[in-house]
Amino acid sequence: MKEATGIITKVSGPLVVASGMSGAKMYEVVKVSEHRLVGEIIRLDGDLAYIQVYEDTAGLGPGEPVYKTGLPLAVTLGPGLLTSFYDGIQRPLVELEEKSGAFISRGIDVTALDEKKKWKFEAVAKKGDQVKAGDVLGTVQETSLITHKILVPPHISEGEVNGIESGEFTIIEPVAVVGKEKITMAQRWAIRDPRPVREKLTPKRPLVTGQRVIDTFFPIAKGGAGCIPGPFGAGKTVIQHQLAKWADADVIIFIGCGERGNEMTDVLMEFPELKDPKTGKPLMERTVLIANTSNMPVAAREASVYTGITIAEYFRDMGYSVALMADSTSRWAEAMREISGRLEEMPGEEGYPAYLGSRTAAFYERAGIVKTLGQEDRQGSLTVVGAVSPPGGDLSEPVTQNTLRVTKVFWSLEATLAYRRHFPSINWLTSYSLYTDDLAGYFQAETAEDFTELRSSAMKILQQESELEEIVRLVGLDALSPKEQLVLETARALREDFLMQNAFDDIDTYTSLKKQYLMLKNILTFHESADAALQRGVKLVDIKALPVKEQISRSKETVEDQLSTLEKMTAEIRTSVSSLA
Amino acid sequence: MQKEYKTIKEVSGPLLIVEGVEGVKYEELVDVELPDKSVRRGRVLEISEDKAVVQMFEDTRGISMQDSKARFLGRVMEVPVSGDMLGRVFDGAGKPKDEGGEIIPEERLNVNGNPINPYSRDYPNDFIQTGISTIDGLNTLVRGQKLPIFSGAGLPHNRIAAQIARQAKVVQVSPDGEVKSDKSEFAVVFGAMGITFEEAEYFTNEFRQTGAIERAVLYINLANDPVVERITLPRLALTTAEYLAYTKGMHVLVILTDMTNYCEALREVAAARKEVPGRRGYPGYLYTDLATIYERAGMIKNKKGSITQIPILTMPEDDKTHPIPDLTGYITEGQIMLSRALYKQGVMPPVDVLPCLSRLMPKGIGEGKTREDHSGVFNQLYAAYARGKEAKELAVILGEAALSEVDKQYVKFANEFENRYIRQGEYEDRDILTTLSIGWELFSILPRAELKRVKEEHIEKYLNK
Repeated sequence: MKEATGIITKVSGPLVVASGMSGAKMYEVVKVSEHRLVGEIIRLDGDLAYIQVYEDTAGLGPGEPVYKTGLPLAVTLGPGLLTSFYDGIQRPLVELEEKSGAFISRGIDVTALDEKKKWKFEAVAKKGDQVKAGDVLGTVQETSLITHKILVPPHISEGEVNGIESGEFTIIEPVAVVGKEKITMAQRWAIRDPRPVREKLTPKRPLVTGQRVIDTFFPIAKGGAGCIPGPFGAGKTVIQHQLAKWADADVIIFIGCGERGNEMTDVLMEFPELKDPKTGKPLMERTVLIANTSNMPVAAREASVYTGITIAEYFRDMGYSVALMADSTSRWAEAMREISGRLEEMPGEEGYPAYLGSRTAAFYERAGIVKTLGQEDRQGSLTVVGAVSPPGGDLSEPVTQNTLRVTKVFWSLEATLAYRRHFPSINWLTSYSLYTDDLAGYFQAETAEDFTELRSSAMKILQQESELEEIVRLVGLDALSPKEQLVLETARALREDFLMQNAFDDIDTYTSLKKQYLMLKNILTFHESADAALQRGVKLVDIKALPVKEQISRSKETVEDQLSTLEKMTAEIRTSVSSLA
Repeated sequence: MQKEYKTIKEVSGPLLIVEGVEGVKYEELVDVELPDKSVRRGRVLEISEDKAVVQMFEDTRGISMQDSKARFLGRVMEVPVSGDMLGRVFDGAGKPKDEGGEIIPEERLNVNGNPINPYSRDYPNDFIQTGISTIDGLNTLVRGQKLPIFSGAGLPHNRIAAQIARQAKVVQVSPDGEVKSDKSEFAVVFGAMGITFEEAEYFTNEFRQTGAIERAVLYINLANDPVVERITLPRLALTTAEYLAYTKGMHVLVILTDMTNYCEALREVAAARKEVPGRRGYPGYLYTDLATIYERAGMIKNKKGSITQIPILTMPEDDKTHPIPDLTGYITEGQIMLSRALYKQGVMPPVDVLPCLSRLMPKGIGEGKTREDHSGVFNQLYAAYARGKEAKELAVILGEAALSEVDKQYVKFANEFENRYIRQGEYEDRDILTTLSIGWELFSILPRAELKRVKEEHIEKYLNK
């Protein structure tokens, strides 16, 4: 079957051209040479096929065979995905180490999921049920955190369950028969095709991250897409880790795309040790890691983001809320550029292929909150956060610009803030979130009616600060009116007591929405009361000396179950400031 | 039987096109025999049906289309390796450059290596002492790290590199305040690309005079040596390093200088191949290519050795956003920056402390590695120097009289810091405890209340002691 072969005619880096390939399909997977290196067809021309090879091509030459498989590049989906570490084409790194040692050699064939392990399948559907694509056939308790739902695969639109059985099965043994088709727990899905859904919905709920600057000022919706551009050294990685740890998603997919080996090792070693803050279980039990470091083959880097997002969609289809982090999409774009250069395509900006924009858009569009297939009313969401590494920190470069065009949240990381030890180093003046209005209703319901109002007045104060600072730099602080000095004072409080958040502090690392609201409320109540006091003629020094000021700055340290102290503080602030004469 | 082809159809810069070939493989080595019987080496860069694009490692001058013969060797580029390579000097093709004769290889290894499985890596966290305060104290190097030096034309990066190569060792700090060198084997692999004859002389003499050559392997490609050899040289150096590290169990420090010349060479070949250029004419795959060099640093679980890299690059126009330093910064774990201003003030080594960074530092310092107060001292020095420099700038605008008392002390601190902490003799090998105590001596300049970043107990223990 697979002995239908072509012949290599050209080798240039990761690109191989083969003749005698008529009948091959675009994006079909082929095995190149006797080493059986994995490759994918990216262009067809007569009977020539242009193949990007996912492994090192040294030693290949014209005349060697190319084996067709007839299948697109696909991932295996089923129980066992969680807790795995994969490379860009879903080869488990642990097994790779077993087979080839510490260095990844070529042509190693390993299965993505353990085919020998038995899982306890509990049937949900019954014999004789009429089922549709996306209906739950049964469940597997994959980890203590996640129940893996075995769904009717999308290609079976409708059918009758002609057999189903609970019990212990491997992923390749049939657990049910729908119509005439035997259903196994594992299924394959082509990574470049988005998995189908019944309906896409408008995001209405935030992905709560517990990070104050994100939740309060620049929230991301469940099912939204966000972008973190940042020059090196700005603290991108810490933010991604914080999101992975604290975001209220059920499943986390983390793609290390073309990044540092040692950094990936840190993630691989640290994640299994991290505890899910809500349940105390290891975080890995709801995580899939995909690691394709910068020195691993470039074509596999191109594939890695698709591998990740397909796995993410699979969990979304079960009705979970999934968060996907990709670090960094710039490396993905560079991989596209490299392949495009080898194909001698006409380049767009800075040598990137002209289709960079459409590929980027198509990738981020796979995010969303959806009604999944199936008769049951089930919602799942997939939130995508892509890190971008702009060369020289220059945001006008094509990858950042194309990403900004499709993502609705922009967290602008700045190295200057990082140098000042302001973390998370998200610039509050240049960042934005287009979800604030859509999510306002949720925030108000969760906290209080005046939440959005507080947010905009806080933003206004921060904005004013940047203008006033210009003046201070020119003529000194004394030139400002007391009212303006108060603005600077409040802005400083907002920056230091609210925006700055220590990821390594046990309490400060996560702040609930309620606490965020109260902290903000107290800072602004102080500002309001102080403003009124200034009008009564009270001196600013006296206001600044109030002990309640110190309390506000210590609000960070308040434990989540003692938020009533923050509530009481609001009244205290009012009375103590108004008592000044 | 190897076939010889007399079908060279095009010579363009360092590239040859040979037609009518059969059975040629990508990356295969090629020997080209000139009419005068001399042989030059190249490798296959692209192979298309019966047409091979060959990149020559050496000059293409004298190659004629009629009388030259191309012989395909049927193997990819390999480097012969052996423990006897220590103490020797090689050129960019891997041939001995000294009088020691050919080495007897214990193994032949593919120069491209294979990527390390991220799962098999061990996270680097063992302190390496370089004897230079600004590195040991503020930008600590750890085993398995890649920490580049960003320099500029005319700055003394070569002397710093030589000093690091001379002094670097793994040390153990015992609780009673003694610094012991670790007995484990340490080696230096030095790769020089496109450096001048004088620089090369400087390095070889430096290594010979101090005896450091006994534990070093030198690969040297001079500025007038073939450009293409600069592309293979770091790979030869790293393959040798991998052999010493993972087969011989040594801790290897790889110094690569100057990466800018490497990137220029890459651009030259890319241009000759008429590739689509990326930023500033560098090929679009510059990031991937650099990564295949830098990422070969590391440690592997259950293996004794390690590879630590210090690549040196000169930033064109001292511009950090130039593609070479920029892409390097995205791959490496931090950077050491040199400052022209300090150099002009006569401060040696002129390390520009503030923009430097070692990402792996936090896990390589502290109790059991260096000393428990290291991280506090680092933060305090960094913060105080930053404030001192700010105050100095302010004094330039407003005059010294406008500074507050505290700010004046910070100015004094910044000056002393540059003079005593940053400045250090070229042959002065400070151990980590000396470096830390200089830090404490400097703190005595500041009011005690300003020392907020060091722990109270450490102030008790170390200040004015």
